[in-house]
Amino acid sequence: MVTTEIKKGLANLEVFSATLQALAETDKDLYVVTSDSRGSGKLVPFGQRYPDQIVEIGIAEQNLVGVAAGLASMKKKAFAVSPACFLTARALEQIKNDVCYSDNAVKLIGISAGVSYGALGTTHHSLHDYAVLRAINNISIVAPADNFETEQAIRTAAKMDSPIYLRFGKKNMPENLAPDDGSFLIGKGRVLSEGNDFVFFATGEAVWPCVEAAQLLHEKYNLSATVVSMHTIKPLDTNLIKRLASAGKPVITVEEHSVYGGLGEAIASFMMQEGLHNKLKIVGIPDEHTVHGSQNEIFKHYGLSAEGLMNTAISMIRP
Amino acid sequence: MKTLDTLQLKAKSAEYRSKILKYIYNAKAGHTGGSLSITDILNVLYNRIMNVSPDNFDSNDRDRYVQSKGHCVEALYVVLADQGFFPEEDLLTLCKYNSPYIGHPTKGVRGIEQNTGGLGHGLAICCGNALAAKKDHSGVKVFTILGDGEMAEGSNWEAFMFAAHYKLDNLCAILDYNKLQITAPNAEVMGLEPIDKKLEAFGWAVRHVDGHDIDALTNTLSSLPFEKDKPSFVIAHTVKGKGVSFMENTLKWHHGVPTDEQLQIALAELSIESPNQVPA
Ligand SMILES: [Mg+2]
Repeated sequence: MVTTEIKKGLANLEVFSATLQALAETDKDLYVVTSDSRGSGKLVPFGQRYPDQIVEIGIAEQNLVGVAAGLASMKKKAFAVSPACFLTARALEQIKNDVCYSDNAVKLIGISAGVSYGALGTTHHSLHDYAVLRAINNISIVAPADNFETEQAIRTAAKMDSPIYLRFGKKNMPENLAPDDGSFLIGKGRVLSEGNDFVFFATGEAVWPCVEAAQLLHEKYNLSATVVSMHTIKPLDTNLIKRLASAGKPVITVEEHSVYGGLGEAIASFMMQEGLHNKLKIVGIPDEHTVHGSQNEIFKHYGLSAEGLMNTAISMIRP
Repeated sequence: MKTLDTLQLKAKSAEYRSKILKYIYNAKAGHTGGSLSITDILNVLYNRIMNVSPDNFDSNDRDRYVQSKGHCVEALYVVLADQGFFPEEDLLTLCKYNSPYIGHPTKGVRGIEQNTGGLGHGLAICCGNALAAKKDHSGVKVFTILGDGEMAEGSNWEAFMFAAHYKLDNLCAILDYNKLQITAPNAEVMGLEPIDKKLEAFGWAVRHVDGHDIDALTNTLSSLPFEKDKPSFVIAHTVKGKGVSFMENTLKWHHGVPTDEQLQIALAELSIESPNQVPA
C-alpha cells in the first residue's frame, strides 16, 4: 500500500516546459512548434530563452503537423505542441500520413488533454485521441500521471527516432506517485502499489484518483489494491497485465477518455484473448454528450473520483 | 554538374513518357494523364536543377523534392530509375503484390523523400524542410509539384501563408496547371483563378512557364529565388496526357490504362520525338 504522503507538484504542462528548456540548453536541434499555443503550452519562457528554436505556425494545426514532419525529416527534434483536441482531430490525416506513415519522428504534444478544458465544452475536449491513434500504425501513445513520469517521458521522447504522442492536462499533479526506482520505460507499466483485492490499470491524470481510491479502500474496508500507471497506452505492457490479472482479481481500468477505444478496451481485448476472464470494469467517459464543468467535477460526475472508484470496486465484490 | 543539352533532354522526355505508358500498361493501373503532364518538369528538375543523386541521397545537404500530387508517381519512378536510384526493371512489379512500387510515393523506394498520396500534404512538409535548411544555412533547395485540383485543399493555403511569413526563398512550388481534374475542368469543379494574383497576395513570387518547354523550364527554375526573401511559385502550363494525341486534354486518361493497341499507337507517336526510342 501507498502509505507515504503524496507531495503535490506542478502541472505536468509546467514540467514539460521546464524539461524542454533544460534539453534545449545543449541541443540546438530541438525545436518547439506551436499553433498560437505558446501561452497555453507554458512555452513563453522557452520562446524567450531560445527564440531561434521556437517555430510559430499560427492557428493552423494541419500545417503545424506537416511542418513538424518536414523539420523532423531534416533531422530536427520537433515537438509539435497544440491542444490535444485540435492536434488529434483537425490534424489527424497529417499525423497518419506525414508523421506515422512517412516515419518522421515528430513528438506530438497534446496539451490540456481530456477534459482539462472541462467547462469550455466538447470542442475543447479530447476524449477520442487514444482511440484514433491506437488504430494508426507507428506511434507510441503516452499519458504521464505525475511530474516524474512527465519529465521521464519528455526526455525519452527527445531521443526517440519514431513518432510519439504525449498528452497531459493543466491541473497540478503529484510530484511523484511512487519513489523512482530507476525503471521508468515507455512501454512498461509502472506499479505504484501492490495489493490483494483489486487491480487498477489507469493512465494519465486518472491515475491519481486510483491511488486515492486504494487508500480509501484500505481505510474503510481494509481491502488492498494494486495500482498501475499505464502511462503507455501503446505499445501496451501486456506482460504486466498478464502477470497482474492472472491471479483472477477484479480489474478496473480508468482513463480520461471515451470508454470506447482507449486503455480499457485495449486491456479487455488482451485479457479476453489470453483467456483471462476476470471481473472487469472500464471506467471512462460514457458515450453521451459530456457534462460540462471543471475536470474535477467531470471526474466526479462519471465516477473517476476516488470515491466513485472505491464504490465501483466494492460493487464488483458485493453484488 | 549535369550537362545534357536540350535535344538530349527532349529525347529523355519522350523516353520517360514511353516508359510511363509501358509500366502502366504492365501494371494495368496508374495515373496516366498527370504523369505525362509532369514529365518535362521532373526531367528538368532531376537532370538540370536539383542537387540530388543516388550518391548524395543519404546526405542531409541534398536538395529535396516532395511530390504533393503523389498519384502521378509513375513519372517519378521512371525519372528516379533513370537517375540510377534503382534498376528500371523493378518497375515491372508496379502495383503488384508486395512490391514497394505502389501507386503513390513511399520511402520504401530509394529516391523518394516522403510518403504522399493524400492531397494537400506535400507543401507543408516542404515548408518544414525549407525552414530547417534555413536554420542550418545549408543552401538546400526544396521543391514540390502541386496539382491544380489539389489547390482546393485548405492545408495548402495554411502552408502558403507560412512560407511567405518565414521568407522561405529556398522553397519552390510548381503548379502542374493542366486545367483538368478527375471530374471535369478545374473551372467547373472549383475554379482557382486568378491563381497568380492569389499567390502574389499570399506573398509569393510568381512566374508562368510553358511546362513542356525544356529551355523555358530551365530558365525559370535556374533563376530561383525569383525575389529574395520570397518563396517561388511556378505556374507550369501543361497538357494532361501530353505527348500522346488521343490522351491529351482528355478526362478519361486521368487514370486510364492503355490497351495493347493504344500502347503501340502511343509509343509510335512518342518515338518520332525520340529517335533512340525502341517501341515495346
Ligand atoms: Mg490537373
